[in-house]
Amino acid sequence: MQRIGVFVCWCGSNIAATVDVKAVAEALKSEPGVVFSTDYQYMCSQAGQDLIKEAIKEHKLTGLVICSCSPRMHENTFRKVAADSGINPYMVEIANIREQCSWVHKDKAIGTEKAIILARAAVAKVHLNTPLTPGESEVTKRALVIGGGIAGIQTALDIADAGYKVDIVETKPTIGGKMAQLDKTFPTLDCAACILTPKMVEVAQNENVRIFSYSEVTEVGGFVGNFTVKIKKKARYVKEDVCTGCGLCTEKCPMKKVPNDFNLGMNNKGAIYIPFAQAVPKVATIDPNYCNMLKNGKCGLCAKVCTAGAIDYTQKDEIIEEKYGAIVAATGYNPISLDKFDEFAYNQSKDVITSLEFERLTNAAGPTNGVLLRPSDLKHPKTIVFVQCVGSRCSADASKGKEYCSKICCMYTAKHAMLTRDKYPDTDVYVFYIDVRTPGKNFDEFYRRAVEEYGVHYIKGMVGKVIPEGDKLIVQGSDLLDNKQLKIEADLVVLAAAIEPDKSARNLATMLTASMDTNDFFTEAHPKLRPVESPTAGIFLSGTCQGPKDIPETVSQAGAAASKVIGLLAKDKLKGNPCVAHSDELMCNGCSSCERVCPYKAITYVDKEFRMPDRTTKVRRVAFVNEAVCQGCGACTVACPSGAMDLKGFKSKQIMAEVDAICK
Amino acid sequence: MDKLKEQILRTSGVNTLKCMRCGKCSGTCPSYDEMEYHPHQFVYMVEKGEIEPLMKSKSLYKCLSCFACVERCPRNVEPAKIVEAVRLMVIRQQGENHLTANDIPDLLDEDMPQQAIVSAFRKYSK
Repeated sequence: MQRIGVFVCWCGSNIAATVDVKAVAEALKSEPGVVFSTDYQYMCSQAGQDLIKEAIKEHKLTGLVICSCSPRMHENTFRKVAADSGINPYMVEIANIREQCSWVHKDKAIGTEKAIILARAAVAKVHLNTPLTPGESEVTKRALVIGGGIAGIQTALDIADAGYKVDIVETKPTIGGKMAQLDKTFPTLDCAACILTPKMVEVAQNENVRIFSYSEVTEVGGFVGNFTVKIKKKARYVKEDVCTGCGLCTEKCPMKKVPNDFNLGMNNKGAIYIPFAQAVPKVATIDPNYCNMLKNGKCGLCAKVCTAGAIDYTQKDEIIEEKYGAIVAATGYNPISLDKFDEFAYNQSKDVITSLEFERLTNAAGPTNGVLLRPSDLKHPKTIVFVQCVGSRCSADASKGKEYCSKICCMYTAKHAMLTRDKYPDTDVYVFYIDVRTPGKNFDEFYRRAVEEYGVHYIKGMVGKVIPEGDKLIVQGSDLLDNKQLKIEADLVVLAAAIEPDKSARNLATMLTASMDTNDFFTEAHPKLRPVESPTAGIFLSGTCQGPKDIPETVSQAGAAASKVIGLLAKDKLKGNPCVAHSDELMCNGCSSCERVCPYKAITYVDKEFRMPDRTTKVRRVAFVNEAVCQGCGACTVACPSGAMDLKGFKSKQIMAEVDAICK
Repeated sequence: MDKLKEQILRTSGVNTLKCMRCGKCSGTCPSYDEMEYHPHQFVYMVEKGEIEPLMKSKSLYKCLSCFACVERCPRNVEPAKIVEAVRLMVIRQQGENHLTANDIPDLLDEDMPQQAIVSAFRKYSK
């Protein structure tokens, strides 16, 4: 028989206002096994903890029931109190009488009754609790960063700085991500390349960092501290270690009609290409969909002109397997497709462009060498209309827009408008806005400068439609402050398209068993207190894959994710969770149901010899749980038809005892 | 809640609180210049309970019920349904017909879209 102590917390007035805590403590005194029961204002405080320790000593307690807030808040606190007093920490049960009781009830009588029932259930469970000891596992001292944009680069640099090995996997032929495509950055207007490329070079030269460019993660196994990851290095048909990046092949390639994705298809490149001058690694890549040599064996010009002998048409995709202690997702974002926004004529007119396309049009390395010319006839646009919130804050149709605010558009639109007026003062610039959102250091000042110093016309209202007419675009929109409908004859319309997580994120989340929200942003373990960790142990989040954010925020988050990774890699051993699945081999019928449902691949089947009653031996196929991999989700216990599979700390018997106590 | 407002919200099935005041409805409205009160004002004034000015306004009959505002509203507020509801409230009052059915043929013109004619008939009670 256990000797159980019950401790009822008031949580100030959080619990005590809706639950008669004294009555709960009193009622629990008559439960079987309860030898001590009391209440206290703040059980989690040092005085509260000391009260528990005293009671353990005085009443020789063997199990504790704490009636308090959710176990997510203070289970660890009370487990530590138990451990300090010589009781196994898994002999502590929390009855959640705050979130599940006092906070949801108004009537004190009902709240009190429910609190008593919840506490009784916890007592019933403690009777069946057994001491548990967590296992230990080694930590592989190497981190993987998935995504080589500014988020991934910064995370990798910070981890490498602490002395740990780190690999970056990037799907594109170069690292740099979206930031490499930008022209200037708000609110200080530094040139994006000028501040990004030194970091790209730094990461490439850091001896602790390896970059797998033009590569993808294809498989992730294992668990925190011990991930095994398969990385596919796609064939670029150029030997990475031989190519000098001289670019001769890209000039000589006779295939000139390949849409240049770095410039968002606004100009062409060769079938063999280097994405941009400062690419890292500065190595050519052949696009097999366009290369004549790879398609029909005719050409081979690049191999002839390459003095280094780097071209290799026979190269194949290569799979690398590597072990990691921690994984950081930094997969970034893309602007949404505007195909469904017919009203803005994006697909009808070349002169209706997205803001990212505008970045390329004003970038010195872009398709127009930085001269602002509109795509249709390469003339200087004299009237430019910017439209904000295109697809952002759009809850009407999930297939069209996004319900959230994309956060960065107000600022980059102000930047575009300001820079246009600065470079081309004879241009009229209009910005249609719903709200101008500029929370950030020097952000509002920046926007006001666009209005006050640069004379950008900000119009409160939304554009209803854009009608191409001759070489003009008629922009019809409302001016809500003037209560007028405007028709502006524009030469160029720039749409601030909403941003969404990169499409690869969903697939990656499945491989990592990391959770996502309905918008496919990675979910953080706690929105306030654990913002850079995924709920899945060992997986960390960096940059826009977690939510829309600008560059300063991305870099801060990248550093935060790196510090969490360093904290993990600094440990030599990790304590596991002892509440894992366990199979009763004598009951297991070898059906494989558990193996099929296990999301962590923690269950395998082994052939094992058993002694039979007639003294013969028999080999039977039974389930084996790798306790280091098991996360204790319990799916297998539900799937097991013979009842062999059980979860330590949450055995079916324990759960049923709780149910019985509640239903009594 | 104001009785008139309640009735309009019920007939139209519109939740005016979803409106984020972007004005896209009025930016897209083809009858904008004909109207005294514009689509976004219908939504806002109903929200504030200012129904009577709307009921007295000719704007009710300038709305073509083309539903461009409904189609393009990013928050699915459906302003045209509000206009329709106010219109219904007026014509349900005895003797408040804006026109009689017999007046319509004279007003027809061949450039008028068929949808507008059909919707025009919906504006008159028998």
